[in-house]
Amino acid sequence: MTKAVQIKGVSKKYGSYQAIKKVSFDIHDNEFFTLLGPSGCGKTTLLRMIAGFETPTTGNIILHGQNIENLPANKRRVNTVFQNYALFPHMNLEENIGFGLEMLGWKKDKRECRVNEMLKLVHMEQFAKRFPSELSGGQQQRIALARALAPEPEVLLLDEPLSALDLKLRQAMREELQDLQRQTGITFIFVTHDQEEALAMSDRICVLAHGEIQHLDSPINIYENPTNRFVADFIGDTNFLDVNVTGSNVHATSIETPLGINIDVPASGVKVGQDAVMSLRPEKISINKSVDGVSLPGRVMHRTYMGGYTHYTIQLSSGADLRVSMRNNISNNINYDLNEAVTLGFSPASVRVLGE
Amino acid sequence: MGRLLSFFINKNDVSRYPGFGIITLLFFLFLYLPIMVIIAFSFNENKIVSVWNGFSTKWYTSAINNQTLVDSLQVSLTVAFISTFIATVIAVSAALALTRGDDIKNKNFSIMVVNLPLMLPEIVFAVAILILFSLLGVQNGMLKLILAHTCFCIPFAFLPIRARLQGMNNNLEHASQDLYATPWVTFRRITLPLIMPGVFAGGMLSFVISMDDFITSNIVSGGGATTLPVYIFSLVKQGVSPELNAISTLIMVASLLIATPALYFATKK
Repeated sequence: MTKAVQIKGVSKKYGSYQAIKKVSFDIHDNEFFTLLGPSGCGKTTLLRMIAGFETPTTGNIILHGQNIENLPANKRRVNTVFQNYALFPHMNLEENIGFGLEMLGWKKDKRECRVNEMLKLVHMEQFAKRFPSELSGGQQQRIALARALAPEPEVLLLDEPLSALDLKLRQAMREELQDLQRQTGITFIFVTHDQEEALAMSDRICVLAHGEIQHLDSPINIYENPTNRFVADFIGDTNFLDVNVTGSNVHATSIETPLGINIDVPASGVKVGQDAVMSLRPEKISINKSVDGVSLPGRVMHRTYMGGYTHYTIQLSSGADLRVSMRNNISNNINYDLNEAVTLGFSPASVRVLGE
Repeated sequence: MGRLLSFFINKNDVSRYPGFGIITLLFFLFLYLPIMVIIAFSFNENKIVSVWNGFSTKWYTSAINNQTLVDSLQVSLTVAFISTFIATVIAVSAALALTRGDDIKNKNFSIMVVNLPLMLPEIVFAVAILILFSLLGVQNGMLKLILAHTCFCIPFAFLPIRARLQGMNNNLEHASQDLYATPWVTFRRITLPLIMPGVFAGGMLSFVISMDDFITSNIVSGGGATTLPVYIFSLVKQGVSPELNAISTLIMVASLLIATPALYFATKK
């Protein structure tokens, strides 16, 4: 796999504030790569350094083998879709999309051809002569995409481009973005704080916090096998319980849980005696059905009906609270009442042990 | 409920206060009556200004044929055009540096320095610049006027341009650079068109301030250049003539012709 972008020992300091602490990773060609993290984690700073709006304090940024960290933004073959689109208000859509091509010195007829092609790609052919202020948020979003894709950049950078759209439109745009990435074959680097968006679209996700990489992997691995407590907490919903590690080898980790049971769970690398938590996702727990011999008595303390799902909080007789999520499908539309006595089951294989 | 609410709102509406109409009328009379008197008497045939004798446009003819007057108008216009141009260019550069430059040290101090001439009494500025010119040995009257006017016009041009730049999202300039435009092309194609209303307003303000200036122009004049306000003042010293009324009316019409589009552009989004 060829590398589109290599980040090598990049750090960024603003005065005494360290926004990025020496990070290194590669982004592959034709990849949908996501930088995910809470606000202030440094994801936008990283993106702006790749775009050329910030210079790294240390380290190298390499685009297809060429060092670019000292090139000005207008000399880098990367284009950006800005958070608030940044369409030029005094130019119509054609002129907006053609701007990059004009700067690259494309001839007028060739430019027109490409602009029409881009307008067709984002389903906006009939709007060519309109101005940005005459468009809805979703339409502006599409034009911003078309403008950034028109000069065929080596890498497309997307800075939280969906955050200004309403929920329905955001969900529709996710699929459109994925389709666009596949059609054009351009490497996408997508910045978001929305974990659902990241899981839905990415080939790989890099989770950042406090200017450091927490976990870089495929969406499935990030969700199923998070490297630390932060990642498990930030991506999706989970139950954390403090545990004692009583045994640890390459095959399994033995833990003593506050649920009143001792179990062997998948190997974690956490050593005996080390502070540790277990993470158990709410949807991996079943109600009134024992799994792998686990059946824990408890009582329904809280119920939240969410339409497709119902969330329960169950207080176990051991004193621990567990959140459980039940899908309301055809075969499972039973509702449990408050204070109803239930038993919980889960497979020790779905428990993850994480160091602090 | 709605009616009750509107009763309270209307009760507080200032136009419902007793005497509102009369006060408004008096206010506008106070503002515009002197001006209307000047316009009316500029068409008076009588040489004695305050006695109406009959309609005539002869004072306009005599004003236009007054060579000293035409010369001083020319000086005023030349000084105003050149100093407005230089002041606007400097103001745009200063505003760009002070709103877009990330690494500018002492930013607030610099902004204060640019705006300081606004707060300085003009007579202090005029005397200071007179001493400076004599120290430097600047003799040419026109040059002195242009330098002095440029100097006090800069803050007037700076304020609206800076306001416009602050209101403009700098992501637009980033987007332009991102799309392969050099900094100069970005300025010409993106920044300048978008701040143009501010530049226009700043330029107009400078022009009007320069045309209107008396104190500085009077003190630094000499060396063969007299501006219109300085000339008019010398006329007044000889006694008010109907020709003065005609000149004033002409200036007023010209100002309105300039100020109306300026106001229009300044308020346009």
